[in-house]
Amino acid sequence: MVQLMNRTDNETKATVSPMEAPVREAAKPVVYDTKQLNLWYGSHHALKNIDLPIRENEVTAIIGPSGCGKSTYIKTLNRMVELVDGVRTSGEILYRGRNIFDAKYSVEELRTRVGMVFQKPNPFPKSIYDNIAYGPRIHGIKNKKILDEIVEQSLRGAAIWDEVKDRLNTNAYSLSGGQQQRICIARALAIEPDVILMDEPTSALDPISTLKVEELVQELKENYSIIIVTHNMQQAARISDKTAFFLNGEVIEFDDTDKIFQNPADQRTEDYISGRFG
Amino acid sequence: MVNPTTRERASVQELIAKAGNNKRKKVIEKIIPIILFLIAGVSVLTTIGIVATLIFETVTFFRQVSLLSFIFGTEWLPFSNKEPKFGILPLIVGTLKITLIAVVVAVPIGLAAAIYLSEYASDNARRVIKPVLEVLAGVPTIVYGFFALTFVTPVLQTIIPDLKIFNALSPGIVVGFMIIPMIASLSEDAMSAVPNAMREGALAMGATKFEVAMKVVLPAALSGILASVVLATSRAIGETMIVSLAGGSTPRFDADFTGSIQTMTAYIVQVSTGDAGYGTPIYYSIYAVGFTLFLFTLLMNFLASRITKRFREAY
Amino acid sequence: MRITEQQPGVSKRYIDQTSVSKRMDGRKITNTVFKTLFFMATLVALLVLGILFYRILSQGLGFLSADFFQNFASRFPEKAGIKAALVGSLWLMAVVAPVSMFLGIGTAIYLEEYAKKNRVNDFIRMNISNLAGVPSVVFGLLGLTIFVRALALGNSILAAGFTMSLLILPVIIVAAQEAIRAVPQHVREASYGMGATKWQTITRVVLPSAIPGILTGSILALSRAIGETAPLIVIGVPVIIHFLPTGVMDTFTALPMQIYDWAKRPQADFQQVASAGIIVLMAFLLLMNSIAVLIRNKFQKRY
Repeated sequence: MVQLMNRTDNETKATVSPMEAPVREAAKPVVYDTKQLNLWYGSHHALKNIDLPIRENEVTAIIGPSGCGKSTYIKTLNRMVELVDGVRTSGEILYRGRNIFDAKYSVEELRTRVGMVFQKPNPFPKSIYDNIAYGPRIHGIKNKKILDEIVEQSLRGAAIWDEVKDRLNTNAYSLSGGQQQRICIARALAIEPDVILMDEPTSALDPISTLKVEELVQELKENYSIIIVTHNMQQAARISDKTAFFLNGEVIEFDDTDKIFQNPADQRTEDYISGRFG
Repeated sequence: MVNPTTRERASVQELIAKAGNNKRKKVIEKIIPIILFLIAGVSVLTTIGIVATLIFETVTFFRQVSLLSFIFGTEWLPFSNKEPKFGILPLIVGTLKITLIAVVVAVPIGLAAAIYLSEYASDNARRVIKPVLEVLAGVPTIVYGFFALTFVTPVLQTIIPDLKIFNALSPGIVVGFMIIPMIASLSEDAMSAVPNAMREGALAMGATKFEVAMKVVLPAALSGILASVVLATSRAIGETMIVSLAGGSTPRFDADFTGSIQTMTAYIVQVSTGDAGYGTPIYYSIYAVGFTLFLFTLLMNFLASRITKRFREAY
Repeated sequence: MRITEQQPGVSKRYIDQTSVSKRMDGRKITNTVFKTLFFMATLVALLVLGILFYRILSQGLGFLSADFFQNFASRFPEKAGIKAALVGSLWLMAVVAPVSMFLGIGTAIYLEEYAKKNRVNDFIRMNISNLAGVPSVVFGLLGLTIFVRALALGNSILAAGFTMSLLILPVIIVAAQEAIRAVPQHVREASYGMGATKWQTITRVVLPSAIPGILTGSILALSRAIGETAPLIVIGVPVIIHFLPTGVMDTFTALPMQIYDWAKRPQADFQQVASAGIIVLMAFLLLMNSIAVLIRNKFQKRY
């Protein structure tokens, strides 16, 4: 588990440019370090020379227009992108110092440490309880008492315990879309991951559910490092500490969220956040 | 809030590490695909088994009977004591008679049903008719055979007094009814796949539903319809029980539909129910006939898949 | 609207609306006539089914008695019973169901979840669709050569069961493939995202969702195996059996075999016995189909 907690997140508002990626003394440790990552779908060059250091207990937002590679990038972080045929990569992504593309590093092990929440709520067609217990169970935890505890704790962590505690045995598909998404977050929390990847988690939700998920993200960063892809710039501004702006498969700018939104260094970033395209 | 530090039990990640069944998982992940591949291989083995069996025993047959007299012979007299003759043409003619009648019966009715279902029928009518067609397709052929022998033949005899008890007409018609559901449902699938925009385009110019069906939907769905007819024909060629029960066992090389005939399939059944000794030419002849039958149906299936591929509409 | 004369300054009209209107009535009549024709053709198919059921019920119901279920085959129609055939068919299903489902579901999982797009797998796919078109009597020849003779299983339940399993294998594979394909990709992704392995994802997420569809398809395929006669005749399944099988290596007879034998007999009484046998067979099929429909309705998809 992440041991570094209760830090104020304002501590590290120093500018970090993607090319230098310096580890300053005040900065939190890097969880994910992407170095010269390239990715191709067949002949399509989807990610170009990405360098991105992502730090512990922060919310890192990835923004950019459709097709800029932001979704591809986040799916590369837990190697889900490889479910598509014909994907090739070069460069490396270091997760806690280990290259995730290393042949000895199993994807299952990586994904046990790195949880994911998807664009569309995708609970299993099982009971709420079984949804949450899925992760611990597949990883060999069978003790009913411990499972009960994990389920409660995860549902509380995802701020949905009070809404579902009386009907843990009903099918997760009987819940509303917003509730389903928080069930999916709880499901990811159940294996107490180190990092949570969120791929446009609110794009299929109504405004009230979106707000709940955003509040949840704020709470979760106490204990988790969160990387969130969003096409909603206000959302990025509201909830993230750092923001990376992707365009045509490249990182145009990566900096403190305040800096990106108030005083971007690159003209293209300014054009995008001011709504001139995308 | 999750707070891993103030909890009495170990963290989930620690529990997972302790459960540590990674090695077993890795072995399973390696072995399962191999096992599944082997299982999938059974279907290939089945085909190989069929082809090998047929070829092997057929070759044995042709050691005893000349290939030319088999292919071009117009007499099939395997049980003759004096001089057995193995010319397959009469059996092929018998099969073709049944197939011809079946197709003549099934194509108009099947297509009409398909057009009705896809262009005219209300949702409610469709909900009733489609399951009934499914039931029609699910009736065992032995039941159809019994029906042909005990009902259709007597009824036909009142219309055609010359009709023999065993004939080509009655089983042909019943085989036709058996394949109607196949033509109807496959053709309907093809017609339903025609996009509604095409229909609306014609309807908006004042075409009637009939004109839309004939001039827009049928041409667009033609490949699917053709494929369904070819597949149904293949079924008719391979149909066994109906023709065994109602067609008779007289291999004949003529164009008569009212008298007893014999198809390739019915001959195999006749020999199987009799007591032809293992190793005799009669025993091997069922493989030669089976092989011929197999080639016929293979050709039809091949044709059907070519039609669907070649004319696949790109809407 | 009727436009009969040309307005000055308006370009010439190529469509004469008067004649269009005149022809319209005829076209409408054609439409109605053909609609009726198409409907009648559909009715013909349904009518045949009705006559078939009526004939068989009216002929056979009189022979359905407790004795009919308790007697073995007999030379005398009034003593003929279906016991051996009914029990034999159940034995046959006891072999066919597990064998065909094991092979069919295994193949479907391979093709849908593991098979990459390459020549070997394309060949397997093409082979399955071709196998579906092979006449059942040819499967009988396969069974006779391989199971009855080469493996020396004789005309046992096992030999017949293996033959029937291969016959319905393509149907089960296709049904299982469709059911597996219907499980949405995003549910698989959720499982992989939790660190589940492929096999864990298949057994814990994909199969539980696909099982109703697989079962429905399998039951329908099994009901085809129950009604099949030709392969049994070719592998030499006897008809007159006066004992019940006690194991899969025993000789047996089956419902369609028994019906075939009765139907062939010239005496009119045996036609009624055959009808009674058909009622039993059809009742059996109806039961299986109802179960399949029940499963389908109970586990409607909830995605």
